[in-house]
Formats: sequence, C-alpha cells, structure tokens
Amino acid sequence: MTRALIVHRASPGLTLQDAGRPGYLGFGLSRGGAADRLALTEGAALLGQADTHATLEMVGTGGEFETTGDMRVALTGAPMRATIDGARVTWNASHLLPAGVRLSIGAAQSGNYGYLHVGGGINTPDVLGARSAHLAAGIGAPLQSGVRLPVGDDPIAKNFGFLLDADPRFDGGTVRVVPGPQTDLFDAAEVSRFATIAFRRDTRGNRMGVRMICDDPGFFSEAGLSVLSEIIVPGDIQITGDGTPFVLLGECQTTGGYPRIGSVLPCDLPRIAQARPGTGLRFRMVTLAEAVEAERREATRRKTLRNHLRPLIRDPHDIHDLLSYQLISGVTAGDDPESEGT
Amino acid sequence: MAAFSDWPRICPLGVDGFLISFDNRLSESANRAALAFRDALDRAGWPGVEETSTSLASAYLRFDPQAQNHAALQAKLESLLSSRDWYAENLPGGRRLWHIPTVYGTDLAPQLEEAAIAAGLTVDQAVTSISQTRVRVQTIGFAPGQPYLGQLPPCWDIPRQTKLTDKVPAGALVVAIRQLVLFSVTTPTGWRHIGQTAFRLFRPEADMPFALRPGDEVLFTPTTPERLAMMKAGDPDGGATSGPLS
Repeated sequence: MTRALIVHRASPGLTLQDAGRPGYLGFGLSRGGAADRLALTEGAALLGQADTHATLEMVGTGGEFETTGDMRVALTGAPMRATIDGARVTWNASHLLPAGVRLSIGAAQSGNYGYLHVGGGINTPDVLGARSAHLAAGIGAPLQSGVRLPVGDDPIAKNFGFLLDADPRFDGGTVRVVPGPQTDLFDAAEVSRFATIAFRRDTRGNRMGVRMICDDPGFFSEAGLSVLSEIIVPGDIQITGDGTPFVLLGECQTTGGYPRIGSVLPCDLPRIAQARPGTGLRFRMVTLAEAVEAERREATRRKTLRNHLRPLIRDPHDIHDLLSYQLISGVTAGDDPESEGT
Repeated sequence: MAAFSDWPRICPLGVDGFLISFDNRLSESANRAALAFRDALDRAGWPGVEETSTSLASAYLRFDPQAQNHAALQAKLESLLSSRDWYAENLPGGRRLWHIPTVYGTDLAPQLEEAAIAAGLTVDQAVTSISQTRVRVQTIGFAPGQPYLGQLPPCWDIPRQTKLTDKVPAGALVVAIRQLVLFSVTTPTGWRHIGQTAFRLFRPEADMPFALRPGDEVLFTPTTPERLAMMKAGDPDGGATSGPLS
C-alpha cells in the first residue's frame, strides 16, 4: 500500500519543492526549486537522506497534515509554530508523526519560507526531471486542502528525534555580491554607494525575486534602459527603470534587459528569500576569488551538516505527551533514538 | 572584423558562469556567432561544464568552480574563441520553417492599430508587412519556449510602451524594436499586442516540451477568430505546420 501525506488544510502558496530543474536555461526555463536551498539540505541531514527528495514549501504559515502510516518528518526554514497531536514540537528537528495524528503548522515567527520534509520524500510523478512546482512556467500549482500526496519508501523509518542548529538567515543582514558583466555600466561611485547604504525588503516579492527599497536616491547606469536582453542567473541584482534594485531568485525569468549591478552569492540567497517586507539588508561587494572560496566553504559545511545533529532534549511535559501517542501508534520506547544515543 | 574590435568579450557571470558576448546590440552576425559558439561548447564537452545557453548576442556557460577553476576555463574559452571567425559561422542545422495561423487585431489582439500608427502604416499595411516577413528565432528565453524573432523592416523600430499592459495571454504575438515575441505564458508586458495564435510553445507533458528552436523561421499567416477557435480545439499546434528549411 502506498503511504500518503494528507493535506487537511493548505495555506496559500503551499507547493511541492525540490532542487529544481537545472539544464533548461537554453529553453527559457529557469531552475526554480526551493526558495531557501539551505532548508532542503538541513531537512535532508535531519532525516539522513539525499537532498533530492521533494518536500512541502510553506509561505508565511503552514497548514494541517496527517499521514496514513507512521512517518518521519522534519521541519526546517522559517521557524513556525508546530504541534503534533496538540503538543508543541521543536523546529529544525526531526520527529515521528504517527498514523492518524494531526500535525498543525501555524504562522512563521520570522522569515517567509518553512519546509515540511517526510522520510522517503513526496513521490509524485516528475515533470522534466523534478517534482517541484514552477508557478511562473505553469508547471504544477499550489496544493489545495484535501490532497493526498504519495510518499516514497523510508528505509530508516526509526531514525528521528534530532535537532540541528539553524543557520541564522531569517532577519536580513549583509549579503555578499560579486561583480558581473554589467557592473561597469555603473560609475564606481554608484557601485560603492550601493554597497554602503541600508536597504529594506519591499512588500513586492515572490519566488521570482524581491524588490529592495532605500531612503537614498535610486541608482542609474550610463546605459540607461537600452541594454540588450541578456542571460539572467538567480542572485542577479537588476536595477529597474525607477532605479530600485530587484534581486532575482530561483524562479526568475531566464533573460532580462535591465542593467545588473552584480550578483548575490548563491550561499547568501536564502537570507534574501527569507527576509520579510521591511527587513534590513545590506550588500557587500567581494572579489570573484573571495566568492568562490565562500561557496567552497559553504558546500563543505552543508556536506557535513549531519555531523552536527544533536539528540532532541525534551522537557518532562513534552515527554508525557509524546509517550501518550507512542502508545497509541504502537511504537515502543526501545525505538527512541534518544535513549540509544545516551 | 574591424567593426567588432571590442568584441567578443568573456566575462564571469555570477560565481559559476561565463558570458561570452559577441556584441552589445543585436545583429544577424552576432546572433549567428552566439548560436555557433554555444554549439561548439556543447560539442567540446569540457569537464565541469554543467549547462550552456544563448541570448540574442551572447553565449553562456555554467560550471562547477570546485571542479574547474575560472582561470583554466577562461583560457580554454579564449583559445576556442580565437580558433575561427564566429561571425562568419553558419546557422545551426535542422532548422524548420513554421506557418503559424494568427488573428491580427480584433478584440483578441487590441493593439494592432496603435502599433500600426507608431510604425507609420495603415492597419492593412501593418498586417501585410508582419505576415509576409519571414522572421527567425534569434533566441529562446525569458519564459519557457518563448522565442524572440526578427528582424522586421526598419519602420517597426518602435519603442516599448512606457506603461506595462497588465496581462497578455499565452499565444499572444507582440511587437517592438523590430522584433516579435510570441508569449508562452500569460504575462504583463511593455510590448504591443498585435496578433493572437493558438500555438503552445511549452508542453511540459510532451516528449518534446519546447516547440521552437533558435534558427527556426516563422511566417505568421493571417486567419479569422472563428478558424483559430476551431484549430485551437485539441491541437497544441493551433493549426501550425512546419517543414525542413534548407
């Protein structure tokens, strides 16, 4: 029998996401995938599985979920208020969701995008090599209440109850920018002003990109608006017609005619995606060599995230609640990794 | 080659890409150079290269900087670039000529008259001019399967609108700056909506999800709203036909 995750209540913008569809840029299809790629990797580390599995991306708030069989789940990204059978559960951690029990995920306390991962991954048919919705391209659609999602086999079903310290990225901060082919269209003084002043994330923004505003005058290049349409990559910072920067995210268009002042490092993009409207952000220019080194270090860190898992420590109140539904689902205390680890 | 003394240029794009630009404005030869250079990149199959693409006048390459460093890859690109005159290269092989039935004007494409005035033509002259110009797919981009086509006669060097039209539907034919774009998804645009087709450019469920390729040529043949509605029913090609282009 195929295991399933039932979505009893879907919040607006709930979609299936994974690492996206690289390789179709020449056909006009951007990679897409999870807005916060680090959250995918954190979820995979918590569940001890590959980071290629499809997961649920929740925007601002989550929804209500149930499974047809005991299932491991992990919660990452923007921290949201979550309960299993009414008992509060820890964010950025893995848990057991017993069959027939409700997982409720409420509003985010900070950040935008939260993720619900399941052991074995969501196993819907793939389209062009991925399961993620690409809303701008019309691939997939937001999930509706009542949908049942098939879930893949989980060979390590008893491995849960871990915590990972989330890399802080939900409250803005400084992101690093590498120059690109059109940086020289801007005066050096304009580039340096761009890298000095404080910006705020505008209310306008989605999975395609986010607009930045500031109290300073806008930015203008000598090329004005007569730039030939050129290849765009996620992270590129377009300076639009009114002089405001627009940072492109994974679901962006593949070409664009606005001049670009530089490109945000991929490892810093989650900070942009997770910034709420009004959140303060700054840009810092780095050299290409510095950017490559930063990416290398972050790639290494992400590969070894599993080494930083800690057993979840529960307070007595939580243990009481947890025991009550472990009995209902028939899982014995001997399966609890927390007792194995100590 | 004197006209291209500043070109081509190689520049890093992002942390993991190179852009090879053949001009800073659109020309037929720069477009051919970009397509031919990307083709050569694909054939070269260098280790660490993950993806290639083109825009109107440039080629792009994405790679894994942990597997192949920037300096080594840039040297390879320079060597390939200087190996021949890319501006004199042929168009890609396997090109096709498409006939795509198009309703000009009517309430399906409400900006035909406005565009004709901007081009200094009557509506009839505008339809004749567009429908009898064989335009070439210069690049696929912005949205999945979406072609930029050119080049139209000089009278069509009309600017984009200063204000965006909120929404034009998929299959819309729009015009500006001597180019046509056929939209693959419903989208806001600053280009003027002069024709409507029932041609599906992106078919995620199909074996061949992207209908057009760079180098293909297209004639947008006039039809009526009634005939377009009939052709639309059950046919992703919306009545379009294609044949090999020699």
